[in-house]
Amino acid sequence: MTRTVRIGLFSAAAVVLAILLCWTAVDLPDFGNYRGPYGGLLNHVAPAERHVTEVVTATVFDYRGFDTLGEELILFTAVAGVVLLLEQGERGERPEPSESIGSDAVRVLGALAVGAAVLVGLWLTAFGYVTPGGGFQGGVAIASGIVLLWVATSLRVWGPFGSDSILDPLEGVGAGGYIVIGLAALASGLPFLTNLFGPGRYGTLQSGGSIPFLNWAAALEVTAALLILFSKFLEEYVVPLAAGDER
Amino acid sequence: MSVLPYLVAAWICLVGLYGIVTSRHLVHLALCLTITQSSTYVLLLAIGYVKGGGPPIFKGVKLGTTAVDPVVQALTLTDIVVSVAVLALILALALDVHERAGTMDPDEIAELKG
Amino acid sequence: MVATLAPLQVTILALVAAGAPLVALSRDPVRMVVVNSFYNWALVILFVVFGAPDVALSMLVVGSVGYPLILLVAIARSRRRTQ
Repeated sequence: MTRTVRIGLFSAAAVVLAILLCWTAVDLPDFGNYRGPYGGLLNHVAPAERHVTEVVTATVFDYRGFDTLGEELILFTAVAGVVLLLEQGERGERPEPSESIGSDAVRVLGALAVGAAVLVGLWLTAFGYVTPGGGFQGGVAIASGIVLLWVATSLRVWGPFGSDSILDPLEGVGAGGYIVIGLAALASGLPFLTNLFGPGRYGTLQSGGSIPFLNWAAALEVTAALLILFSKFLEEYVVPLAAGDER
Repeated sequence: MSVLPYLVAAWICLVGLYGIVTSRHLVHLALCLTITQSSTYVLLLAIGYVKGGGPPIFKGVKLGTTAVDPVVQALTLTDIVVSVAVLALILALALDVHERAGTMDPDEIAELKG
Repeated sequence: MVATLAPLQVTILALVAAGAPLVALSRDPVRMVVVNSFYNWALVILFVVFGAPDVALSMLVVGSVGYPLILLVAIARSRRRTQ
């Protein structure tokens, strides 16, 4: 199919799609006139039942915990696919990554910022069910902090700390931990992923039952999965640089 | 204009699809796919909005104040994080195609030879 | 019951609606990554204004390091081989 044929077909289909979408948009409830029952119900029930102040994280890890399990497995599979794809192809012997950061200011400030970034990520995860945050956001923030360590200082020195032998088990523990916590409920005769522990004190870290554990399991898996991704991509970039392949 | 957010979501979806169809670079194609994805985020959050409602977080806020729908937010935020990994997978596929075909232009890539 | 949108919401919706074609129509890949970062920023503000700070946080952490890193590495890798 040539380019012009493709664009012509798309134009026709796009016109039809646009008409359908506009028709749907006009027919939806007005903006602000939310009619679904679950939103108001969850806002009413979640702080009372689980003693959490953050209803969104409670929804992610408790009321819709099964969907989150599916999303985590998507993440797991996508990372496995990336690792498979980027390890094919001729590699030959792998030269050392090059030390191409010349500026001392970048190194010093970057190294100082890593601690702050990882700390913010940990805080986002820990207080995820009290204030905005959660396992997913905090996990990405921690992974970003560690990538800063690799990029702003030296990939050769810190790269082995993100090797597959460390990150793969961590990712597995994160994903498997989520499933094990769900199975623990199944083992005691309740449905899968039922919230097992008591609610705790309202609005503190000690609340939500099994939400903190699921929260940390998800954060661990997201951090490890993204670090595997980033390290594979950085290897793709940095190692050919060292081979003298400058642009 | 209370249907404006829904129309914006439809517009973004169509723009993303146009970008995919007329793309000349595989990375550009992957990014237009993420734009189409983002139209669903806008649509979901627009559906969940409650007039005069604040975020569904009650730390220091009296219980019972109007808040927006938390379910659509839960669906959206996990999707955003997972979309990075999916984009990485698509880019890895694009790099693989680039190694075999030598070009990043979707129009120039001939059929895959087995 | 018609809910009117606040001016801030209209402005941010306009920015998002303008940013999407800017990304789709950019031809140079590196420029497209920068414009995409602008689009992500507009989406973050949109999410905040729609009362979704969690979603905004999620987009923020993902769009600041994740997206640019993998996109720029893919672009650089593809350029290196074509030469």
